[in-house]
Parts: sequence; C-alpha cells; structure tokens
Amino acid sequence: MKRSFVLFTVAASLALGASGCSRSGANSADAPATTSAAGSQHGDFGPPQGEPIHAALTSPPQVPPPTHRDKPAKVIIDLEVIEKEMPISEGVTYTFWTFGGTVPGSFIRVRQGDTVELHLKNNPNNKMPHNIDLHGVTGPGGGAASTFTAPGHESQFTFKALNQGIYVYHCATAPVGMHVANGMYGLILVEPPEGLPAVDHEYYVMQGDFYTTGKYREKGLQPFDMERAIDEKPTYVLFNGSEGALTGDKALTAKTNETVRLFVGNGGPNLVSSFHVIGEIFDRVQQEGGTHPQENVQTTLIPAGGAAIVQFHTEVPGSYVLVDHSIFRAFNKGALAILKVDGAENKAIYSGKEVDSVYLGDRSNPNLAAVTQATSAATKGKLTLEDQIKAGQQLFTGTCSVCHQANGEGLPGVFPPLAKSSLIAEDPKRTVQILLHGLNGKIVVNGKEYNSVMPPMNQLNDDEMANILTYVLNSWGNAGGRITTEEVAKARTTPASPAPAGEH
Amino acid sequence: MNDAIVLSTLRKTIVMKSLLSMAFAAAACAAPADAAEYASLPGGVFASVLPADANSADVKVAAFRLRREPVTNAEFLAFVRAHADWRRDRTASVFAEPRYLAHWAAADALGADAKPDQPVTQVSWFAAQAFCASEGARLPSWSEWEFAAAADTTRTDARSDPAWRAAILNWYAKPSTQPLANTGGIANLYGVRNLHGLVWEWVDDFNALLVASDSRDQNDPDRLRFCGAGALNLRDRDNYAVLMRIAMLSSLKAANTTTNLGFRCAKDGAGEGR
Repeated sequence: MKRSFVLFTVAASLALGASGCSRSGANSADAPATTSAAGSQHGDFGPPQGEPIHAALTSPPQVPPPTHRDKPAKVIIDLEVIEKEMPISEGVTYTFWTFGGTVPGSFIRVRQGDTVELHLKNNPNNKMPHNIDLHGVTGPGGGAASTFTAPGHESQFTFKALNQGIYVYHCATAPVGMHVANGMYGLILVEPPEGLPAVDHEYYVMQGDFYTTGKYREKGLQPFDMERAIDEKPTYVLFNGSEGALTGDKALTAKTNETVRLFVGNGGPNLVSSFHVIGEIFDRVQQEGGTHPQENVQTTLIPAGGAAIVQFHTEVPGSYVLVDHSIFRAFNKGALAILKVDGAENKAIYSGKEVDSVYLGDRSNPNLAAVTQATSAATKGKLTLEDQIKAGQQLFTGTCSVCHQANGEGLPGVFPPLAKSSLIAEDPKRTVQILLHGLNGKIVVNGKEYNSVMPPMNQLNDDEMANILTYVLNSWGNAGGRITTEEVAKARTTPASPAPAGEH
Repeated sequence: MNDAIVLSTLRKTIVMKSLLSMAFAAAACAAPADAAEYASLPGGVFASVLPADANSADVKVAAFRLRREPVTNAEFLAFVRAHADWRRDRTASVFAEPRYLAHWAAADALGADAKPDQPVTQVSWFAAQAFCASEGARLPSWSEWEFAAAADTTRTDARSDPAWRAAILNWYAKPSTQPLANTGGIANLYGVRNLHGLVWEWVDDFNALLVASDSRDQNDPDRLRFCGAGALNLRDRDNYAVLMRIAMLSSLKAANTTTNLGFRCAKDGAGEGR
C-alpha cells in the first residue's frame, strides 16, 4: 500500500510536470566557476600539512560536510567491503557487494592537493577478493592493483588528489562487470581549493542497473543473472540500490527558496542515465563532473562510470521526482526517487490547477451535472426549459464551441455565427436537420457567405440534441423557442430533407 | 608498492618455503596419516580457461589421483596433534598469518565453531601443503583441479551447460554468514565431491595463475586486476564462474587464510583409486 501511494504521487507529479514548468533561469549566485589552473599539473599544493585527518564517510544520500581547509592535508580513509543480503525491492532481496555496507558505497570528500591514504578492508566473512579503482586517482589502475585484497585482509595505498571534481570509484576485480553489478561503486568528491559555494542541501544519489534471475519484483532472494548482464537487459534500474531507497519516508527533503546540490553518479555497469528531475530545471550542471558548468539544463546525461554535480533552486513546494528519463526504467524498473519540497505556495510562479474545464472536441468531460439533472427530470416528466438550457450549455461546450465558439460568434469566414443568426431566425426547426445530417456548401448568415463543411452530429442522442438546440435558440440574441426530444426522434427517423433554399 | 614485484618476490618466497615444507614433509613421512580416499582421474588434453600459451593451446593433464573430499577439521586436527609444529600457537607467522585456525576452540581442539566433518578452513598454503605431504601427497595443480571440477555427475566436461555455471554462481551469491556444510554429498563422474559450492581450495600453483610460466607472451601479471583486462585474455569470457575462482586464488599470499578457503590433496599417477 506504501507502493501504491508512491506510484500515485509519482503519477500526479508527472501530470504536474507535464502541464508546464516555466521558472526563472539560473540565479545570480550561480555564476560559472572560473578556474584558470585546471588539470593535474596545477593540483599539487605541496606536502600535506598538520596532523593526518580521518575522513568522515557518509552513507547515501548524505554527503560529508565541506572540508573547510585551505592547506593540503593527509587524509586517511577506512573503507570496508561487506557482502550482504539486502532488500532490492519490496519482498525481494539480493546479495549486494558493498563499500561500507551500502549501495552506493560511502561518500568520500577530500580537497584538491590532499594526500589520501586509503585502507581497503575485506570483511572476513566475505567470499570474494575485492579492490578499488578510484577515478579520482592519477596512477595505473586507479589503485586497483595496490588494493587487491583477499577476504579477512586489508590493503593500503596512497595517492595525491591532483584533479578536482566528482569521481566514481568501483571494484575492478575480475569479473569486473559482476562486482559492479552487485553494487560496488560510490563517489569521491575532490573539492576545489576554495571549496564549493555554500548551498542549503547536498545529497548523494547514484544510479545502477541490476540483473536478477527472477523477474521485476519477483519475491525472495534473487541471484545475479550473468546472461542478462551480458545482454545488458536489467531487471532493475535503481537510485541508491533499492526500489524505495529515496521515496516515502526516505525521500530527499528541502524547503522552498533553498539551493539544492545533487552529486549524481552512475555506477552502471551497463546503462547510461538520462537524469532528470520532473518539475525542476537544473540551474547549473557540471556535466560529467567537469569544472565548467552548463546552465539551464532539463536532462543531463550521466555515463556509466561517470558523475555530475547538478544544482537548482526551489521555488514551489511539492514532490519532485528524480528519474532516468529513459522512462520505462523509471516506471517499470524502479529508477525513481522523490525530493519533497516544503514551504508556502508561490502562485506567481506556479499556480497549481487554475481551470478544470471541458476538453474541447470531446464528450469525455466528466462535469456534466446539468445533463444528468436534465435526463433525470425528463424521465420523471418534469423537464423544464431551464433544465434544457443548462444541460444544453454544457453539451454545447463539449461539442459545438470548438467551431462556433463559446459565445456563439463563430469565426469570420470559416464557421458561421449562431448568435443573432439569420439562418436560425428563418427556420428554427431546421437546426434539427443540420445537427442530424450536417451542412455542406455555400450559405449566407447575417449577410456573410460561408462555404464550409459541418459534419453530422448524429453521435448525440435525441435528448442531447434537443437540449443543445434549445440552448442555442435561447442564447446570444436568438429569438428563443424549444426543441423537444420527440421532435428530434421523429426527425431522425425521417430521411434527410432536400436541400432547402439558400443552399446550392 | 609495485605489485608485480610483490608477485615475483612471492614466487621466490614460495619456492623457498616449499623446500622448507618438503623438509617438514620428509619428517612427517615416517608416520603417514590414515589413508584418505583418493579418486583416479585419467587426465587428458583439456581446454583450460587459462590456456597454456596464453592464446588457445590446450593444457595437458597427466593421470592423477585426487582426494574425494576436502580435508576436514577432524583430519586436520589429527595432523596438528601429530605435527605440533603446525599448531596455531607454534606456527611461525611467515607460514601462517594470525587468523590460522582461529575458529578452533584451542590449538588442539575444535570446539563449537569447527565441526569434525566440516571442511577445514583458515589454513595457509604452507599448512595445507604440509598436511598433504604428511599423507604422501601434494596439493593439486590448478589444471588438475580445473580438470576434475569441469565434470558433473554424467559428463567429464559440463562447463558449457548453463546449469553447471549457474549452480556455481549461486554459491558465489550466497553470503557466507551461515556455518559451512559438512563434506560429502553428490559425487561427480570421477567420484569427487564438493569441488563446487562448499569452499575455495588451495592449489599448488595458486600464485602463478596470473603469470605465464613462459614469458614469451605479452601477459601483464596484473591483467586480472583491471577493468576488462581479464575479459580480453581469458579463453571463455562467459565463464565467469571459473574466472572468479582464479581471481580469488590470485588475491592470496601463501601465509593467508580465509573463512572460506580449504584444500584437498592430490597424488601423481593413476594408482588404484583407493
């Protein structure tokens, strides 16, 4: 039942998102970062200073606080590999291989120029050897060879973080695809020396594709399916390792008028993500984790083994849905998450639903109370002229106004007017014939010539026609009168009368 | 530290330790352990996932004998009692790391976490080798182990059967938080049990699996450790199941022990299959 609520919310949000989202562009605080000294040759700020620091690692979706350092430091990172069974969906479990017990793995935050001493511990209860390849490392294998570790053992290596940016790390032990498919990836942020501009919220979201032998949402412990993985046909595409990891009680949160920064990674192993937040526009995206931002982006592509920093400002409260906009993945494989924004409505920016009117040209409008009333009255033999006019007005809106317009004025030269219509005045009862059989060819109405085609409206029943025509006769300066159901019924059984005068 | 150097150093170390172990073994031969059950395997030309010349050549496996079951805690306890040098409190750390037999209740007693019929685990390569030598045997080579493990109950080589592969992968997917099962169960065509689904097993040449014995080829000793490298070099790239065992073995050093790693012994020649 939790799921159905979530799905409902999602559907509603989709509808909202689809109905138009216009908002201001990037706020002025988001000016592009100008980094003159980019690249690894400019990232060595000398030997580490001060006492070594043990990095605070966080589990997704949390991000460690900024380093707030202005000097290079020695940073020690303890990362434990844990193989464990965890939920992948409701009632479905999977044996994940994790960095730190979560999928994605612990978030690592250091500063450019830091000397990072990484300890990789392979839990004694694990079956497999593991290692780590950090894309933020300059050196062969990104640390993979130096950290190849049997269960119950620990490896250590040290690197200098020369390039700033957001980087994926992952296990690179053969078979690499399987280790990655089992959840062995995470993000390491290498802050620029000056740090990142302050924002109200930072969150950690990472997409991954999963391959189980059972179908989507098939219950029980689901083993890894190598064939599906090689075929690149995932059972699940997920944010943060399980369906519902970021929905309901676990949704990301923010308030209105706040700036949100998402570190969005894609572990793969196979799929590229079309990352999108329904109802938001990214003010600023560091595509592929690069330094120079793009602005005003709707959907950003995140490669497998890549990451981006996206930033936006919240204006309007509500639920914003994070999806892979390869959209079947969102609704049939689990790739969605929610950002819940609380705060006062801002009707100037987003009104909510202003009009709930009939969709023109169709009778599917549910709001036909007057029609129901008329029908009910007719059954009881108490149908008044007023009932007919009211019902006719609603039916007219749905059927006729698309051409003749709601005010009966028509469109000059194309659709003749019904208001103060000379044609109606000539012979009010002829309107029944026109409705039943259509009207084709040259006519003159109120002194103007029309040569057009009106199709027969015989999908309307006798009641409906009678009510519509009565409404027309009693509106917009027409002379009044009444068409009854019986009149229409009789006309319907009579063959079309020959074209009256006025037609060719 | 450069890992290639580690590996080659390790190889030298192992040659040296092997000699040492053989010395132990020679001493042990005076009192052979109870005759364990060995199955006879015919050997033959075999398509290993690690081809002999790094390209496609088949591997030749001579006739050999292989223990029908992995060595159990009870068997290893008997060995330790007969060879006190291999008690966990007397073994030098170069031969076995501190976790050696750590799950036993005492240096000469099994206790609740080590049932007699469970396969012995948390044993180093040196200890395993010494045990085998004590019963006039040796550790199997990778090729021998792979040859035996390719069989199922009816075929000598079932590796192309997705079911064979799936059974192995399913074991990999199970977290090892449950106690190990006892040895035994269904025997394969050769009468050998528990090659899959119970424990990893030491092989004699575990440390050479990444390094071709003849370095004419372009093999990078680290090839299994980088993205995609293994996939380029292994003969059957779908055969992850076997590849993962190689990856596991190649992560080890000879003094290492893990909670899932045991061993069985082998002997040369067809023998009588006793």
